[in-house]
Amino acid sequence: MAMAMMIRNAAASRRAMTPISGDFGGGLRSMSSWWKSVEPAPKDPILGVTEAFLADPSPEKVNVGVGAYRDDNGKPVVLDCVREAERRLAGSTFMEYLPMGGSAKMVDLTLKLAYGDDSEFIKDKRIAAIQTLSGTGACRLFADFQKRFCPGSQIYIPVPTWSNHHNIWRDAEVPQKTYHYYHPETKGLDFSALMDDVKNAPDGSFFLLHACAHNPTGVDPTEEQWREISQLFKAKSHFAFFDMAYQGFASGDPARDAKSIRIFLEDGHHIGISQSYAKNMGLYGQRVGCLSVLCEDAKQAVSVKSQLQQLARPMYSNPPLHGAQLVSTILEDPELKSLWLKEVKVMADRIIGMRSTLRESLEKLGSPLSWEHVTKQIGMFCYSGLTPEQVDRLTSEYHIYMTRNGRISMAGVTTGNVGYLANAIHEVTKSS
Amino acid sequence: MTSSEFSSSSSSSSSSPSDRRIGALLRHLTAATDSDNLSSVYASPTSGVSGGSVFAHLVQAPEDPILGVTVAYNKDPSPVKLNLGVGAYRTEEGKPLVLNVVRKAEQQLINDRTRIKEYLPIVGLVEFNKLSAKLILGADSPAIRENRVTTVECLSGTGSLRVGGEFLAKHYHQKTIYITQPTWGNHPKIFTLAGLTVKTYRYYDPSTRGLNFQGLIEDLGAATPGSIVLLHACAHNPTGVDPTIQQWEQIRQLMRSKGLMPFFDSAYQGFASGSLDTDAKPIRMFVADGGECLVAQSYAKNMGLYGERVGALSIVCKSSDVAGKVESQLKLVIRPMYSSPPIHGASIVAVILRDRNLFNEWTLELKAMADRIISMRKQLFEALRARGTPGDWSHIIKQIGMFTFTGLNPAQVSYMTKEYHIYMTSDGRISMAGLSSKTVPHLADAIHAVATKAV
Repeated sequence: MAMAMMIRNAAASRRAMTPISGDFGGGLRSMSSWWKSVEPAPKDPILGVTEAFLADPSPEKVNVGVGAYRDDNGKPVVLDCVREAERRLAGSTFMEYLPMGGSAKMVDLTLKLAYGDDSEFIKDKRIAAIQTLSGTGACRLFADFQKRFCPGSQIYIPVPTWSNHHNIWRDAEVPQKTYHYYHPETKGLDFSALMDDVKNAPDGSFFLLHACAHNPTGVDPTEEQWREISQLFKAKSHFAFFDMAYQGFASGDPARDAKSIRIFLEDGHHIGISQSYAKNMGLYGQRVGCLSVLCEDAKQAVSVKSQLQQLARPMYSNPPLHGAQLVSTILEDPELKSLWLKEVKVMADRIIGMRSTLRESLEKLGSPLSWEHVTKQIGMFCYSGLTPEQVDRLTSEYHIYMTRNGRISMAGVTTGNVGYLANAIHEVTKSS
Repeated sequence: MTSSEFSSSSSSSSSSPSDRRIGALLRHLTAATDSDNLSSVYASPTSGVSGGSVFAHLVQAPEDPILGVTVAYNKDPSPVKLNLGVGAYRTEEGKPLVLNVVRKAEQQLINDRTRIKEYLPIVGLVEFNKLSAKLILGADSPAIRENRVTTVECLSGTGSLRVGGEFLAKHYHQKTIYITQPTWGNHPKIFTLAGLTVKTYRYYDPSTRGLNFQGLIEDLGAATPGSIVLLHACAHNPTGVDPTIQQWEQIRQLMRSKGLMPFFDSAYQGFASGSLDTDAKPIRMFVADGGECLVAQSYAKNMGLYGERVGALSIVCKSSDVAGKVESQLKLVIRPMYSSPPIHGASIVAVILRDRNLFNEWTLELKAMADRIISMRKQLFEALRARGTPGDWSHIIKQIGMFTFTGLNPAQVSYMTKEYHIYMTSDGRISMAGLSSKTVPHLADAIHAVATKAV
């Protein structure tokens, strides 16, 4: 009882301290604020990096913090297919509310990307899916859904993971457990520990999996490892929830990047997926995504979708229109879709190229450490292995900004700054 | 700590968020050892590989009472069907309206090739936030001058209410919010999911089809000091019944004397009377007394940006120092919900509000919409008078804003839908915005029919 009582007592004593003014008119300036006890919140570890970067006046500063793509000039990119879609949408007469589940057309096109163009699950209408506020919104709605309909369940989250995953499931009030993922010694996957954790979890546990381009490590299981994970999940009757934020962005090939999901589908799992267009279509600020849950049959999919909508309604009523229209315009037009696929490959290839260059540069500088992981890891991020102290030195001495877990956003690396970056990393690590 | 110490907390039905967290922790701690208990909690605890889905026990949720009306309307093949359900403005031709200023703003955005689509900050588009605060509080507001207002871009009115509600549930000492009886159907769900306890205060008087001011004062007077009170800034939804300025002043005095926290829902600024300043007056009265409050703003109706989900939550604080801390905590609510708000709609609003010419043009378009609705009210009232429809229908012209609370009961509503293909929510709320001179006669016929027969 102790903790609950303490909390109740504290609340009661705050009530007792409520200032009640007998002055009806303007004399409220004497009353204290209701928010006096509000503590300043810590800065978001990821988004706070960009804030600090922007405030830095140094001309040499480099931002390899937040995961937003930059071209080789370090500039943000609006894809040509998106500009063309914008042009076509201009003058649209439709600005009405979307249904709670969002744009049906966009959702349909999005499911094809994840499940396959010819997916039987789509044909059989077995997928409950709604448009969401990018990947964050999809994860949050799934967490709320999990809380409501599997109230005794908890979520297993990999170590490490995108920091906001913890916030999401915490605010949804779903208890969290972790499972081994990253192996610091090899800077690769700790596969045996991962499998142990999967095995030791109670049957029917919920697991969060990164479909490809794991954030923040860039370390993905091999295809063979995914098959083994899937088999073990089968034996344990676990629920697999995939967060796919980088389809197409990782390898340059969307089908290849969805391989983990396709393996699980082949093996008969009823999975959930969060999809985001923030990176692969460069639609970051538009907040476009999709949450899907594969069900036993069409009837169940209708029920599940209706319940997902019930969770969206008291959060934002219905999702934003513009980004969904952009996605639909691009994906339903073969020419625009083809242009998009080309542009995604360009982005992925540039990053893969920068990985090579960074690794070579460090090796040329004679670094005593191995930088093999820079090219083995995949996607936007490189888990460099730098310590927080080394990261702090990079920031204070070299004006290089990244999150303190040593995560480098390769999207921020350019031919213009890779030499400077390699040199700085070498300087702070050469005595390791 | 043993599980028995927490059992009463986790089973309490009126538990606070902290109680619920303790309950969650309890389940977390006992889950591994108490699998028998788990299987009794939900029907199929195992995943779908053996054929069964973990969500097999779900039943289909009922249609949203408001948005479901449009779903039903869309299915109806009748050529005379009329949608008076959801509150979305229609022109005299029955078409949705994209404002001219919005088109101009969009074109400006497209033509600006330096524009990018990167993530906004968690608080949203900063310029939009500043302009929104000015719009609702007044450009000369002392609270703005003194830097005491924090404003965050949110997903229209719904999103602003939800973020504000979650913030209050986390940081405010009173977890009860009072909402009007009746109110917009989504209000209780928003605040319940935000973690607040929802209570009601009397508002609408069915016998006068006006404000039950006495009941309102009594109920707020009896509220626990410090409780949160949801106030419709203007054009009350669904009733269209607003307090007079004198009544607002009494409400303000009562609330301040009891330390009740005002949370304004402003979804119709400019849309109700045609004047942005007039429609914001109640809010400005509260801010003028130096006290604190929350304001949820929506641009869905007054800028016709419905689907773009543009809104703002402002919290007026005692000092700029407090406002800064409040903003930092708002970010912690937003980040795990959707990380950052959408850029498109807010950008359109910013273009319009910052440009003197576009702003003026907007006020004219806004007044035109409000005037058309006022005209519809007059026409409907006249049409019922001309038919000699029994009953007092003066509330149609007394109520304000997009909706009229007709006073029709669910049976009558149902009859009107079946026989006349007129769609409205079952509480008898009609959206005047959905009417035109051409369709008023049809609606008047339907109302006349149910008023004269025993339905």
